[in-house]
Amino acid sequence: MLTILFDGIAYGMVLFVLGCGLSVTMGLMNFVNLAHGAFAMLGGYVAVLAMQRLGLPFLASLPLAFLAAALVGVVLERLIYRPMYTKSHLDQVMFSIGLVFMAVAGTDWLMGSTQQFIRLPDWLQGRFEVAGIGIGRYRLFVIVVCGLLAVSLQWGFTRTRFGSRLRAAVDDARVARGLGIPVNRLFALTFALGSGLAGLGGALGIELMGLDPTFPLKFMIYFLIVVTVGGTSSITGPFFAAMLLGVADVVGKYLVPQVGAFIIYALMVVLLITRPHGLFARARA
Amino acid sequence: MTMPVLETRVRQALFASRRWHPAEIVFWCLAFAAFLLFPRNLLLLNEIAILALFALSLDLILGYAGIVSLGHAAFLGMGAYAAGLLAKHVTADPFAGLLAGMGAAGLLGLVTSPLVLRGTDLTRLMITLGVALILYELANSFSTLTGGADGLQGIMMAPVLGLFDFDIFGRTAYLYSLSVLFLLFLIARRVVHSPFGLSLRAIRDNPLRAAASGVPNDRRLAAVYTLAAAYAGAAGALLAQTTQFVSLDVLDFHRSADLMLVLIIGGAGYLYGGLIGAIAFKLLQDLIASFTPQYWMFWIGLFLVLFVLGGREMIHGAVKAAAARFARLGKGAAR
Amino acid sequence: MTVRRTLLGGMLGLALAASTSGFALAQEAVKIGLILPMTGPFASTGKQIDAAVKLFLAREGATHGGRKLEVILKDDAGNADATRRLAQELVVNDKVSVLAGFGLTPLAMATAQIATQAKVPEIVMAAATASITEASPYIVRTSFTLPQASEPMAHWAAKNGVKKVFTVVTDYGPGIDAETSFANTFKEAGGTVESVRIPLRNPDFAPFLQRVSEAKPDALFVFVPSGVGAQFMKQFIERGLDKAGVKLIGTGDVVDDDILEGMGDVALGAITTHHYSAAHDSPANKAFVEAFQKANPGMRPNFMAVGGYDGMKLIAKALDATKGDASGDKLIAAMKGASWESVRGPVKIDPDTRDIIQNIYVRKTQKLGSELHNVEFETIKDVKDPVKARK
Repeated sequence: MLTILFDGIAYGMVLFVLGCGLSVTMGLMNFVNLAHGAFAMLGGYVAVLAMQRLGLPFLASLPLAFLAAALVGVVLERLIYRPMYTKSHLDQVMFSIGLVFMAVAGTDWLMGSTQQFIRLPDWLQGRFEVAGIGIGRYRLFVIVVCGLLAVSLQWGFTRTRFGSRLRAAVDDARVARGLGIPVNRLFALTFALGSGLAGLGGALGIELMGLDPTFPLKFMIYFLIVVTVGGTSSITGPFFAAMLLGVADVVGKYLVPQVGAFIIYALMVVLLITRPHGLFARARA
Repeated sequence: MTMPVLETRVRQALFASRRWHPAEIVFWCLAFAAFLLFPRNLLLLNEIAILALFALSLDLILGYAGIVSLGHAAFLGMGAYAAGLLAKHVTADPFAGLLAGMGAAGLLGLVTSPLVLRGTDLTRLMITLGVALILYELANSFSTLTGGADGLQGIMMAPVLGLFDFDIFGRTAYLYSLSVLFLLFLIARRVVHSPFGLSLRAIRDNPLRAAASGVPNDRRLAAVYTLAAAYAGAAGALLAQTTQFVSLDVLDFHRSADLMLVLIIGGAGYLYGGLIGAIAFKLLQDLIASFTPQYWMFWIGLFLVLFVLGGREMIHGAVKAAAARFARLGKGAAR
Repeated sequence: MTVRRTLLGGMLGLALAASTSGFALAQEAVKIGLILPMTGPFASTGKQIDAAVKLFLAREGATHGGRKLEVILKDDAGNADATRRLAQELVVNDKVSVLAGFGLTPLAMATAQIATQAKVPEIVMAAATASITEASPYIVRTSFTLPQASEPMAHWAAKNGVKKVFTVVTDYGPGIDAETSFANTFKEAGGTVESVRIPLRNPDFAPFLQRVSEAKPDALFVFVPSGVGAQFMKQFIERGLDKAGVKLIGTGDVVDDDILEGMGDVALGAITTHHYSAAHDSPANKAFVEAFQKANPGMRPNFMAVGGYDGMKLIAKALDATKGDASGDKLIAAMKGASWESVRGPVKIDPDTRDIIQNIYVRKTQKLGSELHNVEFETIKDVKDPVKARK
């Protein structure tokens, strides 16, 4: 039972890393970026290519995945995302779905439609037992990495100057701009960070979720659930939402596999009905 | 300006949009003439008519009441399965199936309407999406009833009105779908220009103000949501009847996503948007798929991006300019 | 009204007659409508079959029974409505004599009515649910059926000391097919079976594998769509089930040749039953694999490709037999009972069910040189689809 809880947490951690970038961009610019999964996929493919073609070790390919996704994020933000901020939500949704379609078909063309795989180093394979709980090494690794990330993000968000500016801008971009905070640059940076995290999550998730060109479509729903349930104004909200979803999904499927597919959606609908502004949202005027 | 004068002017302004415009009459004549003009493409035309009805349904809630939805496929699927099951087990009469599809989907709409009345746009997108996904899983789980992933097999339809058999060329199918579309369009047109429709627009533009002027927001929204659900159910029933087959695909996410795309292309809030969008979308899909069968998704994506980035004003501008030359098509056009 | 109806009926009949009486125009090409998922999640199926069809035309020529074969490829993206419409358009507008392809069960089912109405043979090259050929008297299958592949697995397991099996299948038509046929046969042979089904969209197998690991079975029987097989295998190893002495058994789908190489060593030791392996030991197969890989660098032919190749072979043989007459009933009659030496071994079309009769091989995933392959070590001869055979 505890083993399954552990698995759920690892899964939730990956969901968090994938989704938190989206929640910040959504909160900051009020921009619904459904193409977030495309950045995650990019990260995944970069990691796969780095390992297969360049022969890089797994650990070295992770930062590469982050950097590549972040870089593409910055460029796209500058070139094509910026004009979208002023458009309606609906336009933004359509625009980013368009990007997803292009990413899916483009990846299919470049890389083929088959699943991609990576070979983990030996020290990450297998599992060991602690007090009767089976612990997969790779899952432990994921939990540690993502846990550290979550802590440092939370620290950066609440304790640094960048973080406080960011929070100010999320709360009211106009006033923040008036106070001399360079909201645009801030946003570009955040966007890069969010995309980079998605890329990292994509690379980390290959072992748990697989990777093929339809990744952005398949997991779009999961990111969105994390964001809508977690709210868009903090790090902790999406974090707990991701944990809750990861654990509920895994444990639910373990206990009652017959209804396994419904749990995550039913949970989302119930949460959204009872807490329409997200699980941890602050009351907003 | 005295009150009576103002009142007549308001009345005139409201009536102006209700009057049939020559361009509209031409549009429908062309739609029916397409039966004779493109005898080789009746199947595609049939799909366009069904998609147009589906888009009309989304337009009712999105364009007129401002409710966004990423799960409209739930109603399409509900209608399709209801019509399909009725035909398989009870009666093969197309109209009975159509009514059953509309009824089932409408009921689903009524039941789920409280869910979409609350929260922000984003919450609504998620909830509608969630409902559609749950329905998808349900249809997959109850495979004894729905056929699961194999699809609902063995639907045999009786001839329409007892006279016109569904043929392999899609002749009956197209005329049947188009007639249903036309009929439901007439009703929708009547509804949106009625006081009820005007109150919806008031809610869309400013819910607080609408509530303050005595509009029962929630009840009106629930009503239009139910109506739209029934329309989507009708589209689903047509799909099931003309293809004599229902698969899980009718509940899939891409149906809802494509539908949004259709409405975006055509423009929401003037009823014809969905129809024009459906024509453009299907033709584009067919065209692209015929010369790059593998990567049409890329081109559709590119088209969408360019469209939203700036092309839309051009296309809609051209449409609007052309329409304005005849006269004003409808005030809702300016979204 | 009635005049109209007769008129419609007449036109319909005329057009149908025109589309099926191809033999009056013996010199004209025989058109084959090939409908495959070339995009979407099942695109790899489409690509394999498309490549195999092209290879067939290149290797064995495009002219058979005095008629040239012309293949029209359409993409349905794995969407049943599109399949149906494309099939209808191919029959009505392009006047094809044969419909072929069909990557998934619902796609094949959706087209059945059209095949019946238009009297056009429907060659199923991939979809594997047993009941497909019953949907229309014009359906012929050149791939395999899931019970055909999974029942031999149950027999083999029962004979080789496996007492308790846990089945894990994806919760959709083919998965349930595999589960029921395996479980029933295995129970009859005296074993015990526990089962769990995985939802279609499921990224993480941890909860299901955890159940398996707690049940401590002798073997785990798995059926998942071929794309996610690798994911499953990895987590199977990660959970240490192999070390706990659980054998991994299943139909060949999970160790699909197309993706086997990418799976890596986790696939080693899996025991599967299937009708084709790229490592099948025969000169004909070696030549086939070589030609396939030459034409499609980086791809290895899998069972989908063989289904496609043999589908074309069947059409060609039928045309030879009818001397170029491409009318549906004649073709179907010629296809019934047709037999030939396929690259997978001897195959025959069952004249009663129009399904394929073929050898099923028990294979073990091993390294051949540096490559992973499914090496056949036992052959069960001439297996009919057991579901229909029982009727």
